[in-house]
Amino acid sequence: MFKSLAPPEYLATIDQVKCIRCKRCIQNCGWSVYSWGGDKVLIDTSKCVKCLRCYHYCPEEAIQILDNPVKFKNNAYWGYNNIRNLKRQAETGGIPLTGMGSDLPYPILFDNLLIDACQVTNPSIDPLREPMELRTYLGKKPASVEFEKGKDGKLKLKTKMPPQIKINLPLIFSPMSYGSISLNAQKVLAIAAKECGILMNTGEGGLHEDLLPYRDSIIVQVASGRFGVNPDYLNAGVAVEIKIGQGAKPGIGGHLPGEKIPLEVARTRMIPVGTDAISPAPQHDIYSIEDLKQLIYAIKEATDYKPVSVKIAAVHNVAAIASGIVRAGADIIYLDGFRGGTGAAPSIIRDHLGIPIEHAIAAVDDRLRQEGIRNEASIIAAGGIRSSADAAKAIALGADAVAIATAALTTMGCTICGKCYTGNCSWGITTQRPELTARLDPEIFAERLINLVHAWEHELKEILGALGINAVDSLRGNRERLRGVGLDTQTLDILGVKPAGR
Amino acid sequence: MLQIDAKGMYYRELNQKVRSAIANGEKEITLKNVNGQYYIGDGLRGNAAITVEGVPGNDLAAFMDGPTLTIKSNAQDNIANTMNAGKIVIHGNAGDVLGYGMRGGTLHILGDVGYRVGIHMKGLKRQSPTIIVGGTAGDFFGEYMAGGILILLGLNEKDPRPIVGDYLGTGMHGGAIYIRGEVDKNLCGAEVGILEPDEDDLKTLRQYLGDYCKDFKLDIEDIMKKGFKKLLPISLRPYGNLYAY
Repeated sequence: MFKSLAPPEYLATIDQVKCIRCKRCIQNCGWSVYSWGGDKVLIDTSKCVKCLRCYHYCPEEAIQILDNPVKFKNNAYWGYNNIRNLKRQAETGGIPLTGMGSDLPYPILFDNLLIDACQVTNPSIDPLREPMELRTYLGKKPASVEFEKGKDGKLKLKTKMPPQIKINLPLIFSPMSYGSISLNAQKVLAIAAKECGILMNTGEGGLHEDLLPYRDSIIVQVASGRFGVNPDYLNAGVAVEIKIGQGAKPGIGGHLPGEKIPLEVARTRMIPVGTDAISPAPQHDIYSIEDLKQLIYAIKEATDYKPVSVKIAAVHNVAAIASGIVRAGADIIYLDGFRGGTGAAPSIIRDHLGIPIEHAIAAVDDRLRQEGIRNEASIIAAGGIRSSADAAKAIALGADAVAIATAALTTMGCTICGKCYTGNCSWGITTQRPELTARLDPEIFAERLINLVHAWEHELKEILGALGINAVDSLRGNRERLRGVGLDTQTLDILGVKPAGR
Repeated sequence: MLQIDAKGMYYRELNQKVRSAIANGEKEITLKNVNGQYYIGDGLRGNAAITVEGVPGNDLAAFMDGPTLTIKSNAQDNIANTMNAGKIVIHGNAGDVLGYGMRGGTLHILGDVGYRVGIHMKGLKRQSPTIIVGGTAGDFFGEYMAGGILILLGLNEKDPRPIVGDYLGTGMHGGAIYIRGEVDKNLCGAEVGILEPDEDDLKTLRQYLGDYCKDFKLDIEDIMKKGFKKLLPISLRPYGNLYAY
């Protein structure tokens, strides 16, 4: 068999003068790029994914990971990934897989939206010294409320409130399963969620018993593979999420490769060790809105009416689908845009299916308002939220809260190298190899994630302060406070946003 | 022994009554005049015995964890959805998508079943779900099966239809399917191998069918007269070569 005709993407290089032969690069690389040659470190650069673990752990800064200058001739049309995938497909007949969200240069609407600020005619607020409310309640809200006088003469709420989930800021962690990520990575999310008063989501891989102390900060997920789902699981968290689709791979199922199914994961999922864990593309008990309603209420019956979230990928007809989901009885709709991350997806699917989250939020919010049912469900927006500014824009477009995953993983060392599906993550995040997962100390890394959440919290308060509003509720769906730059009339119309200058 | 008249009762009220009866320590409950109420036995725990008179609605015994349900007539779709433990005995036919993601317990059906029965069933060594069907089954029997046991008997010899539909065991990567009589290889998914049952298999079959025959007052020797075929996944990773890494 000849060498692959796809040249390596990166050149891992070691400055032999600086190298002190400490072999830390060999220990740290999960991809086996480095090996010991007797007197120096040998390099198999074709295995390098530029995750930079070796660079960070080289005490002498002797390592550099360069873009391979000889990879293919530059071509504005036939890009490196196009040609490499053709070569790989010619060699294997397989479907190229990828991890994380799409990296193709589609227009980024968030970067074409700007937020308003107060000047002269309305006062801005100093959030460091004045009250500023980010607290958010997820769940159905009654269309109207009634009050009555209690025996003590005080007014009290007469309307029976549907169950609400309180979060301290409009931000939660997206679902990532035990299996796709390590238990230590899930623990980081759980510790940070509890500390910050927000939520993490188990994804479709069951709930490991180590996460039970964090149950009040956990949403449990039910998807087509039904992994780890039993009555204890359904009742373990604050809500149950039915996963229909994922932004990175709308319309296709999940596929956790056998490399990531050691005994412990197999036990939680109740499948054989080393087999591929398949979540079918459809849930075969859901072919219609009526069927979805049936599952929503099957879960509610089993959980004494906990809130149920329904997660869908943002697709062309998302507004009508969302309307159906609300009418089916969901308390929360989770919208995942096409930039959303994944542990494993065929790159052809990830890069070419779905729509951006910005369009989806605006379309769904509009539709639910037009139908008079916007209060019936909270909207969580996800799929490429990179900063608190993206979060603020998503909320202004109509979301109740946003969900982040990639941003959270970067606090654990992730460099978005996109090779999660191999199970070799050198940072111990998307792997089940014990020598790699041991690197991710949950307590230490939770600290970093908590820092990130607090930093975003401060930034959101600053944005609200500049807008002159003191509660995030006043930003929700407030598209008057957004302006578009460089967007065509139709896009502005869909987003419900005026062009800058108007 | 408690009787609940379900006539004209909405499922929520009916299930609430059943749950509170069980919470009060009731061990035997009969539901009379059931007519399509959803979610009977949904998420129920404990070891109560519930007899259903009339046709129960969809999602019977979804997420159920322990009780025994006896259905004296036909039943509908989505029975034993993600069921964890317990037993369901159906003295009639049942619909589509039975035992979806079933994790444990037993489902005994006297008559025929529809499409996608036993889809994505799971199993661990100690916890293994079983579905036994007395009649025929539709397409996609045992689809994505990852564990547990499916037994299909085709007891009605006068039924001219084939015992099982197309795409049998497609996507199967664990568990075992036993089919009474012959199996047409053309009906099987690419992931399935057809084997002759060995001594251990026959012992297993006798064990499971003994219980089944007791439920429906059948003679196990009559059933065992005809041979069985055993279907197993030929690979733990049927899609291992689908992707270019």
